[in-house]
Amino acid sequence: MKKFRKVLALCLALVLVVGCFAACGEKTPDDKPDDAVAVKVGFIFLHDEQSTYDKNFMDAAKAACKEMGVEYAQKTQIPESKDCYDAAVELVEVDGCNIIFADSFGHESFLIDAAKKYPDVQFCHATGTQAHTAGVPNFHNAFASIYQGRYLAGVAAGLKLNEMIDAGKITADKAKMGYVGAFTFAEVMSGYTSFYLGAKSVCPTVTMDVKFTGSWYDEQLEKEAAQALIAGGCVLISQHADSMGAPTACENVGVPNVSYNGSTVAACPNTFIVSSRIDWTPYFKYMIECVQKGEAIAADWTGTIETGSVVLTDINEKAAAAGTAEKIADVKAKLLDGSINVFDTANFTVKGEKLTTYMADVDTDANFEKDTEAIENGVFYESKHRSAPYFDVEIDGITLLDRNYG
Amino acid sequence: MAEKIKNTHHEPLFHIVKRDDMPQWQAWLIRIVTILVGFLLVGFLSMAITEKSLGDTYEIMFSGVFGRLFQGSTTMLWKYLQEIAILLCLALALTPAFKMKFWNCGAEGQALMGGLASIFCMIEFGEKLPYSTLIVVIAVTSILTGAIWGVIPAIFKALFNTNETLFTLMMNYIATQIIAYYVYIEGGGSNVINPVSYGNFPSVGNNDYFVNIVTVAVITVLMYIYLKYSKQGYEISVVGESQNTARYVGINVKKVIIRTMLISGALCGVTGMLLVAGKDHSINTNLVGGQGFTAILMSWLGQFNPFIMVVMTAIVVFLRLGVAKVADTSFLNSSFSEIIVGIVILMLVGCEFFIHYSIKFRHNKKEVKA
Repeated sequence: MKKFRKVLALCLALVLVVGCFAACGEKTPDDKPDDAVAVKVGFIFLHDEQSTYDKNFMDAAKAACKEMGVEYAQKTQIPESKDCYDAAVELVEVDGCNIIFADSFGHESFLIDAAKKYPDVQFCHATGTQAHTAGVPNFHNAFASIYQGRYLAGVAAGLKLNEMIDAGKITADKAKMGYVGAFTFAEVMSGYTSFYLGAKSVCPTVTMDVKFTGSWYDEQLEKEAAQALIAGGCVLISQHADSMGAPTACENVGVPNVSYNGSTVAACPNTFIVSSRIDWTPYFKYMIECVQKGEAIAADWTGTIETGSVVLTDINEKAAAAGTAEKIADVKAKLLDGSINVFDTANFTVKGEKLTTYMADVDTDANFEKDTEAIENGVFYESKHRSAPYFDVEIDGITLLDRNYG
Repeated sequence: MAEKIKNTHHEPLFHIVKRDDMPQWQAWLIRIVTILVGFLLVGFLSMAITEKSLGDTYEIMFSGVFGRLFQGSTTMLWKYLQEIAILLCLALALTPAFKMKFWNCGAEGQALMGGLASIFCMIEFGEKLPYSTLIVVIAVTSILTGAIWGVIPAIFKALFNTNETLFTLMMNYIATQIIAYYVYIEGGGSNVINPVSYGNFPSVGNNDYFVNIVTVAVITVLMYIYLKYSKQGYEISVVGESQNTARYVGINVKKVIIRTMLISGALCGVTGMLLVAGKDHSINTNLVGGQGFTAILMSWLGQFNPFIMVVMTAIVVFLRLGVAKVADTSFLNSSFSEIIVGIVILMLVGCEFFIHYSIKFRHNKKEVKA
């Protein structure tokens, strides 16, 4: 018995010592706050960095706060419930934050409650829809016109299809793409439609199949969806879900992949073409700056290519078609000067007809009333009436193999 | 050869014997020491990883649970009590079933269904009924729905002797899918139901969680009395000890199983109601957040005694909130707090093993019996 105890004690001591040394390696410098400016940001994250969605926010939070020289605190794993309100209360009262940011759609109502409780603290929220109608002056929404990024990524996909057609690998009528989506919501629909239109702008015969997983993060389901699409004749895959499922499935069988949320080139060196993502750093800097200067934060802020919020990763020359970079630069310039509009009704049809009018559900209400005309001068203006996407039209050329509303 | 084996009686290095002789004070001393060692270990591990001093680590943990209590702010304290209340209420709900050796692993689903009944009433009858009637309707429907969800596996167990562990687990998945479907209908394509302003439990003295906490406090006392002093509580113990004995003394075992699971499910339903009407005013599949499973541990660690369960849940919730704060402050990911809380729970479970069993080592090698 005594011997056993000794061994146990030794083991525990070893674990502690090794633990100490392991910890010594990851020393992080203390970001001292600028004494002149009293800003401290509190971030509320739905998960933690194991989710690519949250990681994207967390990286931006770190970068923005470091650049602006402000302190920040965070609460991870906060569900879309009153826990979000409680987290905001904690960040304000215990950590002394005067800007609170939450990253998930369902956090919104609870954050508005917190905003009412602390009128002197600014509350910012990604992907939400209520700020422009809620009438709470210290509550703000933000999103980015990621459809522009998707469109550019779609151009890269279309060029790849053209390359396959020219090489005789497929015929023009077999140019079918596959898309793994999370849910059949406007956010995803707006994304895959812009991706498709981007591809169509360079490869007119392209069609697309879409499958939904019903989850923002489910590696197995996403992988299976991608495999099913490939089996169904799709020669290029893209996705709007947060795991490595679809990119891995593509790499395994050598099907080109256009990724999302960040580069997957490390895991998929032969098939990764390019990826679009939202960079939240510009918005975080904007909200910090507003508070520092005592200015009001916009109730509904939309990041664009111009603000640096919509970005593409480096193109993987190994997988992308020749001349992709030049073409993307060209289209990007046209998006910026307004000569190309992503949802130009001249470029797509719905049930064989041109879309001339569309009422979108922009203002939040209990009955989901379609309240705002989204088409002006022949263009469906996405993210104009509010930052969060509201394009939910099913256009010709895209086949929804299933639907999933959660 | 054969003879040789016959002659060598091999005693194992150690063997485990059950012991009933440990006095209560000694058992409690072991538990308290385990908890203290657990807290020290938490402190040292956090210190090693976060490179903060031991004092700072405990201070951060304290602030994550109690906030600025010493500065007079009780907001976080109430949040802490609320978290205890929910976990405790689930543990209390499971206890009569466990005491009867009915392995109810379905607290999650039963609470979800209770919550579903609450949100349904809040949305459908919110505008139509006066407030007090609405609250009564919410309470009755939530309790009933939870009870029904709990009693279905019990009926199958009583009539067909189905495996209740699997049955209750499967019922969780069904409940989750029902909630997902309801959220889809009510959320209108956005998988989020915005908080409903009808049928919310009142705030008492600017404190949203007061009603929840008091409710669970009352349930705790009632459950103690029910298990310890009522005839039904005694029947539960007898059925748990031996169904044959129960039958012999004239207890209707099927009736006890069904009645007890009605109570267990009803209390889970109450928890769902507390979460929906008393906290979120909305619902999603993550409403209970896995606490239905943590509650199983709490019930066991509390040795089916409601008052010990209060202490155990208070410790576990303290650790969960405190270590999460340590992780957030040092920008570690959430696995850190899960690992630490897991280690301490494992220690607590382990100490129960050493209280109830002792390890006997082989004494003398020479003493081989022929």
